[in-house]
Amino acid sequence: MRITQGTFSHLPDLTAAEITAQIGYCLDNGWPLSVEFTDDPHPRNTYWEMWGLPMFDLADPAGVMLEVDACRTAHPDCYVKLNAYDARLGRQTTALSFIVQRPEPEPGFRLERHEGADRRITYTTTSYATDRPQGERYGPSPVAGKPR
Amino acid sequence: MSDRWSAGVIPYAEMGYWQPDYVPKDTDILCAFRITPQEGVPPEEAGAAVAGESSTATWTVVWTDRLTAHEHYQAKCYQVEAVPGSPGQYIAWIAYDLDLFEEGSIANLTSSIIGNVFGFKALKALRLEDMRIPTQYVKTFAGPPHGIVMEREYLGKYGRPLLGATTKPKLGLSARNYGRVVYEALRGGLDFTKDDENINSQPFMRWRDRYLFCMEAVNRAQAATGEVKGHYLNVTAGTMEQMYERADFARELGSVIVMIDLTVGYTAIQSMGAWARRHGVLLHLHRAGHGTYTRQKTHGVSFRVISKWMRLAGVDHIHAGTVVGKLEGDPTIVAGFYDTLRLDHVPADPVKGLYFDQDWASLPGVMPVASGGIHAGQMHQLLHHLGEDVVLQFGGGTIGHPMGIAAGATANRVAVEAMIKARNEGRDVMVEGPEILKTAGSRCRELDVALATWGDITFDYASTDTPDVVATPTGV
Repeated sequence: MRITQGTFSHLPDLTAAEITAQIGYCLDNGWPLSVEFTDDPHPRNTYWEMWGLPMFDLADPAGVMLEVDACRTAHPDCYVKLNAYDARLGRQTTALSFIVQRPEPEPGFRLERHEGADRRITYTTTSYATDRPQGERYGPSPVAGKPR
Repeated sequence: MSDRWSAGVIPYAEMGYWQPDYVPKDTDILCAFRITPQEGVPPEEAGAAVAGESSTATWTVVWTDRLTAHEHYQAKCYQVEAVPGSPGQYIAWIAYDLDLFEEGSIANLTSSIIGNVFGFKALKALRLEDMRIPTQYVKTFAGPPHGIVMEREYLGKYGRPLLGATTKPKLGLSARNYGRVVYEALRGGLDFTKDDENINSQPFMRWRDRYLFCMEAVNRAQAATGEVKGHYLNVTAGTMEQMYERADFARELGSVIVMIDLTVGYTAIQSMGAWARRHGVLLHLHRAGHGTYTRQKTHGVSFRVISKWMRLAGVDHIHAGTVVGKLEGDPTIVAGFYDTLRLDHVPADPVKGLYFDQDWASLPGVMPVASGGIHAGQMHQLLHHLGEDVVLQFGGGTIGHPMGIAAGATANRVAVEAMIKARNEGRDVMVEGPEILKTAGSRCRELDVALATWGDITFDYASTDTPDVVATPTGV
């Protein structure tokens, strides 16, 4: 499956030039960018790991792109996203957020149902990947020739 | 003024309700009424009559006024001006002291301002065009339970309009079939699906069954996409007790959002706003019935006033027009509604029908919802007219897709993402929109088919509710 979090997940993965164009738009709006990564893509996992601090004073899209690439290189088997932050009064929240790297394959989510009284069902969504410890969730199988 | 207190009937203007020299206070509630006086009634007297009948006056002099500081409680009509190009119509500007109103009560505010006066015989027609709510009064309301920023953080969705669809057909689906529509639309790419305003608890589908099947659909779609999804479960019911029962059940099932109809009344809306804040559930408001009093330009209440009342009353979503869809909506007038709902400071702008500056004192914004006859082929126009903080709802434009409901949803999602991406890249979407969609469609069959099915559908009728002032193009 393909996780469709983020602003552009229904489009083909963005190229470096396309990512740079989006960075340029954000910087033109005065929105600093930040890079985050995770191997727990649960839709309620709000706090992905921060790849350094938000780049408050970086005005060059190429500089932001360097950090994107550095994070992707350091964490090739993680989801990586780029966030733009709007600190204006009345917003003070994320303005744009899109995935710039996704691991292969994406095993998706198990939906657990706990049947209760009166036909009520309590649902729990669990990423198949998080069945394994952090750091061992995506990427090639440790046993050659065997799927994870 | 010597005979001001003689028993009998004297003109309102002579009773103190016409005060052309009055300077409105910062704390006054100000109203702009469009008045159409009967033949022979001077406009100042008509304006004074509106001020009188919406504040302290009755049809005759009463001596008991003299037991009060009556001048303080009298509303004051301080200006009347003819509407250009509309003979017989005038705008009357009226100021009300804040003491006339109970804190935090839309019911009280509206019982005063629109309580009796709209049936007044001396007027052929009367319309409340706009209202300036002073900060002191704004701060007595809780406002939206969450607001636009909190909604986006709660859903984890940024940088694009949210997408929804109303389940169709409106009436008749069994609960199980209904949930199927919800599942397909959500897994295909929509963020929300929605009960229609008249889906409550009818013989073909009782509310509890609908909620159970819809939440199965929502959770399945969430697991299939890794995204937070929601279905507006309509909790509208005959009594407040029934609404609370339904809303509590929706909350227990884990729904992120519930909805109510405008027909439940202002007090019930405020109660549900408080409930939604208490339980962390988003509150969607369908403006069912508003067209009966908002559409005609000479009589009723403008929707920009309803927008203000609903922002105060406390809802997170409200239907506010599409411009390009099947329902009434002049572009500049709709822009005025959207500004009123979303901005913190709304400047007066006659072109948008905004008569007053309105400060919201950081009261969160309400997410406008565009619904009714819109489709993926209009995405560039929708983004241009309505911006990013909006829920675009494609009911027929999702469910009527020839390849199925999920395909319809995918078409809409791809269209909006492609348009946002292109806009951010600096392209002029109003010029290049059709081309941007075509290119996106060449890589997405669902969008390609949607464009082939609906690409040419437009609803091009003259609007009824239009501004009196039209922007003049500035010369180069």
